[in-house]
Amino acid sequence: MALLETHHDAAKRIRVDLQLIADMVEPGTRVLDIGCGDGALLDYLVHFKQVDGRGMELSQAGVNACVTHGLSVIQGDADTDLGNYPDDAFDYVILSQTLQATRDPREVIEQMVRVGRAAIVSFPNFGHWAARWHLFWKGRMPETKGMPLKWYNTPNIHFCTIRDFVELCREMGLTIERAISINDRGQAGRVSGLWLANILGEQGMFLLRRR
Amino acid sequence: MATLGNHTAAQGLPMPGKRLDFAADQPLSLDSGLSFGPFSLAYQTYGTLNAERSNAVLICHALTGDHFVAEQHPITGKPGWWTTLVGPGRPIDTERFFVICSNVLGGCLGTTGPGDTNPATGRPYGLGFPVITIGDMVRAQARLIDHLGIDQLFAVVGGSMGAMQVLQWAAAYPERVFAAVPIAGAARHSAQNIAFHEVGRQAIMADPDWRNGDYAAQGVNPSRGLSVARMAAHITYLSEAALHRKFGRNLQDRTAVTYGFDADFQVESYLRHQGSIFVDRFDANSYLYITRAMDYFDLAIQHGGQLANAFRGTRTRFCLVSFTSDWLFPTAESRAVVKALNAAAANVSFVEIESDKGHDAFLLDEPEFFAVMRGFLDGCAEHRGLK
Repeated sequence: MALLETHHDAAKRIRVDLQLIADMVEPGTRVLDIGCGDGALLDYLVHFKQVDGRGMELSQAGVNACVTHGLSVIQGDADTDLGNYPDDAFDYVILSQTLQATRDPREVIEQMVRVGRAAIVSFPNFGHWAARWHLFWKGRMPETKGMPLKWYNTPNIHFCTIRDFVELCREMGLTIERAISINDRGQAGRVSGLWLANILGEQGMFLLRRR
Repeated sequence: MATLGNHTAAQGLPMPGKRLDFAADQPLSLDSGLSFGPFSLAYQTYGTLNAERSNAVLICHALTGDHFVAEQHPITGKPGWWTTLVGPGRPIDTERFFVICSNVLGGCLGTTGPGDTNPATGRPYGLGFPVITIGDMVRAQARLIDHLGIDQLFAVVGGSMGAMQVLQWAAAYPERVFAAVPIAGAARHSAQNIAFHEVGRQAIMADPDWRNGDYAAQGVNPSRGLSVARMAAHITYLSEAALHRKFGRNLQDRTAVTYGFDADFQVESYLRHQGSIFVDRFDANSYLYITRAMDYFDLAIQHGGQLANAFRGTRTRFCLVSFTSDWLFPTAESRAVVKALNAAAANVSFVEIESDKGHDAFLLDEPEFFAVMRGFLDGCAEHRGLK
């Protein structure tokens, strides 16, 4: 059990954006974390929010690490494997920093709000001032702390801005229950003024429900 | 050879392990519609059942396995078939769990099978033994678990045909299975796998010593047929890469080919050896019946053609494991089960282990597999409140 305890100590100090997601989740609920990576968020939710947590992860190494730590995780792809789940199978479906790597982001969000009563989505904001600065002054695709890879080797194929995302939610008829922008110092603010949030937010984070 | 295999048990010679007898008035209802009895279950246990009776792990063995999981085999003298996984301090830790394994119905190491005496005739059953299914094997095991006074098994674990039993357990007795670990298995036997089994059965039945299944009464044994069946099956347990690594085109104790049909190649010699040692420990009719049970297995068909229906409302925690080079029970088969479990919103983990050792990998030293098994069981024990 020593291994698990060490793991839990680590889980108490999860990344700030993951902590913000965790704060949105009601205790004791059913949660699916898509693209759960090494399981840091899922482990936190299972042990500190007592959720019935499941994970889906593309990389087999990530899956095996999660299962080895006692988490319920399967190898799967957000683009193809969400269709297997029944309606309302979960209270929350989480997609953290993965939307921009999906082939069909709109369909993935459709599936998330079908499978879950609520969806939590976070993504890097292409409208962040650093990205705009990079594109405007250098004329090159942005390479920032949040988006460190080159245009030709990044797995991120569908970048959007916070404004783009809000517009998509409107088109899809989704209710935005909460919207948070996170600046480059990891500080969260409400997306009240969209114009400013779309410049200062390095990440956008949304809690969505279908109407 | 007639004194070996199940005949040892049939003749009442001492065999290690435990045995549970069911009288003629406690028969087993078979999927075929028949009622079968009397019958005996041979089983073995390791570790101690806790006061709450909540730490029992049932191991389900594969086609030619037996209940000697974690101890020296009484006939071959070799270590138990899963000592890598089961034992003190192992991933299935016998200092923590009460481990149970029984020889399957139709087997030849103590549980009633076609080699045993039919009380109605006083002769070995032979082909008079009823055709049994994976469901029948599991129903028999449930009788044993009842006898041991265990309401809910902490885990049911098995590979290959053992994985079929695990899935059957989870579908038939969901409330009795806290965690299920089907390894290198499938929810149905594929056409290719049925085809390989048919080759094995035909090899046995083509042996003149098979005598329409009546060989034991006639004092002979279809060793050649059974040996060929084993050779063919053994190839399916390995991978092309494993065979190449182990043998390549290396010659056996010679420097050149002999222009004959002797075992020139090491791989031939190896297979012949595997075949010849197999007949010392296994009964030909048991092989026919058990392969048939695997062929008939199709969990979806038992549930209206929808595999997800087998798992509706289940609270069992599943962990499926497959191996990359296993072409007998490939990853796609495990993935199909995962898909069905997701459709039932079940709690499921699924790992594919990188290995070039083929289907046999589940019996071999695969550290990543062991780590996953240990982690999954630890996680489940935490949820179950087990120390």
